[in-house]
Amino acid sequence: MTSALVAHQITVHYDRQRVLDRVDLRIAAGETVGLRGPSGSGKSTLARVLALLHAPDGGHVALDGQRLAGVRHRLPAAVRTRVAILFQSPRAATDPRLTLAELIAEPLRATGTPREAARARARELADLVGLTPDLLARRPHAVSDGQLQRACLARALVHRPGYLLCDEATAMLDASTQAHLAAVVTDYQRQHGAGVLLVSHDAALLTRWATRVVELPAGGRPTG
Amino acid sequence: MTTTAPATTTGARAGRAPALLDVEGLTVRFRLRDAVVHAVTDLRLTVHPGELLAVVGESGCGKSVLAHALLGLLPGNATVTGQARLHPPAGNPVDLLGCGERRLAREVRGRALGLVPQSPATALTPVRTGRRLLVETLRAYGHPRRDADPAADRLAVEVGLDPADLDRYPHELSGGMAQRLVTALALAPDPPLLLADEPTTGLDRPLVDHTLDLLRRRCDTGAAVLLITHDLAAARRVADTIAVMYASRIVEHRPAGALFDAPVHPYSAGLLDALPDRAFRPVPGHPPMLTDLPPGCAFAPRCERATDTCRTAPAPALPGPGRAACHHPLGAPA
Repeated sequence: MTSALVAHQITVHYDRQRVLDRVDLRIAAGETVGLRGPSGSGKSTLARVLALLHAPDGGHVALDGQRLAGVRHRLPAAVRTRVAILFQSPRAATDPRLTLAELIAEPLRATGTPREAARARARELADLVGLTPDLLARRPHAVSDGQLQRACLARALVHRPGYLLCDEATAMLDASTQAHLAAVVTDYQRQHGAGVLLVSHDAALLTRWATRVVELPAGGRPTG
Repeated sequence: MTTTAPATTTGARAGRAPALLDVEGLTVRFRLRDAVVHAVTDLRLTVHPGELLAVVGESGCGKSVLAHALLGLLPGNATVTGQARLHPPAGNPVDLLGCGERRLAREVRGRALGLVPQSPATALTPVRTGRRLLVETLRAYGHPRRDADPAADRLAVEVGLDPADLDRYPHELSGGMAQRLVTALALAPDPPLLLADEPTTGLDRPLVDHTLDLLRRRCDTGAAVLLITHDLAAARRVADTIAVMYASRIVEHRPAGALFDAPVHPYSAGLLDALPDRAFRPVPGHPPMLTDLPPGCAFAPRCERATDTCRTAPAPALPGPGRAACHHPLGAPA
């Protein structure tokens, strides 16, 4: 069995428009794959397919050799928690009613971790991503985008996923916050042998961070 | 608040065109129930015709408050002190902080001082199409009715929006399309000074470059732009001068090339080191809360050059090759 998250011949249409046409992509454990391409080339769609958030019209996703069918919430928790995704806009990705501590702990609570254990793990992760304890009691409106994205990263790592997909996750952050989040992801990756996908337009970022870069041309198939 | 005499001029002014915008000792505080937010502190800057000034810094350092203070758009719990004078090429100088709401609304906002707001989704009237908004704006600023429609199309093309998309309502636009629409709206009155607050949010790289180049071209034809951004690469691409803001203060304000080649303030150096094509190393520690700034230099707790001297506030940064707001600047400024 191979440790990899693999997209096999993925095809996706939105209405009549084909955004992905038999696309293959493989993210092996421990590697960092950069994914770039023009706007509308289907980068985010491919990330969503790999995160099991979007069922493709053709092809399938395989996780560590096991072919998966259906979308995330229909899969067993042990499978779906292996893959985590981090989006570009933390504001659009977070429930404004939850405190940061609740946001981070929520996935654990959803899979039955007792409250105290979930809280302790949330505090541990908050520390890892550089959120000070006083921020944890706040709700999204009372923190900056950078602080909120840190909380989203903590939430993404809470189940110790084998694969982390970052869809332009640092594009709206200042250079220092971006470098810090990259360091957190890289440390996590080193400790847990995780595979990482980086969707980005930033050539300098991909050169620096990714171990290899795949180019997704508009409406076509990837090279690289 | 220690403000030096506002009458002092920056050395560069003599011989050049007079500054379009001259800000001196601008300070903004927000009163909350149990705290005071120090959003902007003793800020001075000048913008000359043809200049593109980028204000860069981490989120929450006070960049956007600066733009809103100049336009008189701050909420009621804000206290603004200092001086901000606008010298439009046509018309009389305006004291932006003292002239009152009536004059700001009639003569300044949009006309003399445009704003590309940060969050287009909340800046567009939801019940009007893009075309209607744009034509309305053109008409309000004196464009004849007859050619308002073609002018709207031209503006759309200029910002990289398909004119056909102007016939959509704001909720039918993607974030990037809405961003381009608010940019077109700000350009419609052709203001001599444009405040662009993160104007490339939600755009992908080619459109980011398109928008930045558009701002650059405005400056090349004599207008001026104050670009507020977190994106150093964007600032590097188009800015003449860069002001680095940290915890409510401008800490360094220099020509873009000089700043990138040899930053003087340790924070500027740290921020540049965080770039992926440099060391990709974050500035250690975290920015302070604006409700709880340390006494003295606000960067000292994160700074490896800090000494006891840093417990007193350094003198504010001066534009040009002059000094950074630091007791222990890197290198010796030329």
